[in-house]
Amino acid sequence: MPGSLRQRVLGHRLLWPALALLLLLAVNGVFNAGFWHLQWRDGHLYGSVIDILNRAAPLALVALGMTLVIATRGIDISVGAVVAIAAATAALMIGGALVIKDGVPVHTSRFPLPVAIGAALGVAAVCGLWNGLLVARVGMQPIIATLILMVAGRGIAQLLTGGQIITIYYGPYFFLGNGFLFGLPFAVFIAAAVWAVLHLLMTRTALGLFIQAIGINPAAARVAGLQERAITVCVYVFCGVAAGAAGLIISSNVKSADGNNAGLLLELDAILAVTLGGTALTGGRFSLAGSVLGALIIQALTSMIYSIGVPPEINMVVKAAVVFIVMLLQSAEFRRAARGWIWREAMP
Amino acid sequence: MSGLSRRFARIDPRHLPLLGTVAVFVLTASYGSFAYRGFFSAQVFLNLLIDNAFLCIVGVGMTFVILSGGIDLSVGAVIALTTMVSAALVEHRHWSAAAAITVVLVMGTAFGALMGWLIERFRLQPFIVTLAGMFLARGLCYLISIDSISITDPTYTAISQARLPLWSGEASITVGAVVALAVVAAGIYLAHCTPFGRTVYAIGGSESSALLMGLPVARSTVLVYTLSGFCSALAGVVFTFYTLSGYGLHAVGLELDAIAAVVIGGTLLSGGVGYVAGTLFGVLILGIIQTLISFDGSLSSWWTRIVIGALLFVFCLLQRLFESRS
Repeated sequence: MPGSLRQRVLGHRLLWPALALLLLLAVNGVFNAGFWHLQWRDGHLYGSVIDILNRAAPLALVALGMTLVIATRGIDISVGAVVAIAAATAALMIGGALVIKDGVPVHTSRFPLPVAIGAALGVAAVCGLWNGLLVARVGMQPIIATLILMVAGRGIAQLLTGGQIITIYYGPYFFLGNGFLFGLPFAVFIAAAVWAVLHLLMTRTALGLFIQAIGINPAAARVAGLQERAITVCVYVFCGVAAGAAGLIISSNVKSADGNNAGLLLELDAILAVTLGGTALTGGRFSLAGSVLGALIIQALTSMIYSIGVPPEINMVVKAAVVFIVMLLQSAEFRRAARGWIWREAMP
Repeated sequence: MSGLSRRFARIDPRHLPLLGTVAVFVLTASYGSFAYRGFFSAQVFLNLLIDNAFLCIVGVGMTFVILSGGIDLSVGAVIALTTMVSAALVEHRHWSAAAAITVVLVMGTAFGALMGWLIERFRLQPFIVTLAGMFLARGLCYLISIDSISITDPTYTAISQARLPLWSGEASITVGAVVALAVVAAGIYLAHCTPFGRTVYAIGGSESSALLMGLPVARSTVLVYTLSGFCSALAGVVFTFYTLSGYGLHAVGLELDAIAAVVIGGTLLSGGVGYVAGTLFGVLILGIIQTLISFDGSLSSWWTRIVIGALLFVFCLLQRLFESRS
């Protein structure tokens, strides 16, 4: 039986992440007078809020994949390396040059754009499959299984790019990371579409329930007749593809692929976003919308640090503090201890 | 025939991973010696220790953490913080080298102890606590300075350039390498000859059993991370001697190399099984791969990462086979 509106709002899982985001946006608004100002120029919306949405899109994509992996009691620390591999693949297959054909400048690419994008996502899927098989078939601990690809993946990405930063010269490809659709950045639509499809899959089919069951007790899920291993492999493959898509957006945004630095430390930001969104790191309970909120919080935090005028280097310290606070709040032992401290103070 | 099988039977199956690691090292070393001129010399092998002294020290701390069933991702960041604080104290505040080294060692130990306390007291996952610790330590580096600070202090440069001659001056090693060997020796003693070491193995084997046996589980868990923090700070001091600079981007990704060295050294990631001596050989294997690639000359540096990844894969696979057989 649904409770009163007040109870439903106060008890809602996304209340705290949403409040944190609103608070950050409010602080942003105080320090930066033009923060809420939106401008319509050349048929596009411009403004700080749109900028946050645009920059959070790749992180949100990776965080969505990471959410499902964490929900099955896993972790994928290879996403940063997969971002680099996917970006390198796309950059290699597109290459691109501006040639003058019949007096008109024409963009050319080595392979048609859909083939290049398909290949990059395919390579990312293979990376995910590798992780999934190591976890579900070989039975390695997820952190170690994905550590292998994290170590080797950067090497592979550098092998692909020959240790160089490959610059891409092909206009249509830039649409992924810089284009606008209906006035909004195209990357936002990609992230939103992936979230919508996942949301439907998780709420309209039993898949969400299956993933939760695996996270809560893998052995029990298998005994109950779930295709536990197949689902786990699929989840890692999806995480790989999501990281690949993020890699495409990032490389398209900066118009180049850097095997060494693309997606560096992205795995940490993604895990942070998932944690902030209220997904338990011990598996089971997960929230896709929470992870998207988490990605937005991280981006709003970065933007706030820039607008307050403190050196951007402090960003990592703030992130560390946020992780410490969130994980303490998630710990049952801490809440019990905190209740004890407050109780003792209240009784002199 | 029967004598041969009896001799095989005498090898304790628990020593198999360690023997495998030593075998891989010997095979790689002999391949290098046959394939490249000048590879088989005392100095090349001593350089393995000199160039990886900090990794060796961190690896010993990491071995204890992994033996207890945990993980420490903050080690690389603590090294960077140590180099940064040392450089800032010595260059900007004009402290003496001894005072600066004492301060950074205490700082690293306290950092590890704090993380250990959070993990133990609030039942948090070691992975996420040390991840946050990594963010914090790297962030603190950038708060001191975003640029590299080079060290010109005479004591630091003297220790950095000191060489101890061996075999009547044919080869030599650095202070850092001596410290690394001492840490390995201390680690072996701590793991196998003290109650603390036995408790760490017991916690890794089964935490609840260790608790029921009345072992000091809580204290030992905190101590394991404290030890790892101390080792990271000591490695940071050695790293400062090695590079004579402090920089927030020093030792990026070192935590992964350290974990790789421990795993290749035959320590099971599920905890409870492994040897500190194995970690020394794990570090040496990582070092010899780098040396081989630089001797070859035609292979680019990123092959190091791919080969380390492949080795990690093979050893993890062997661990799984080993676990399922026993």
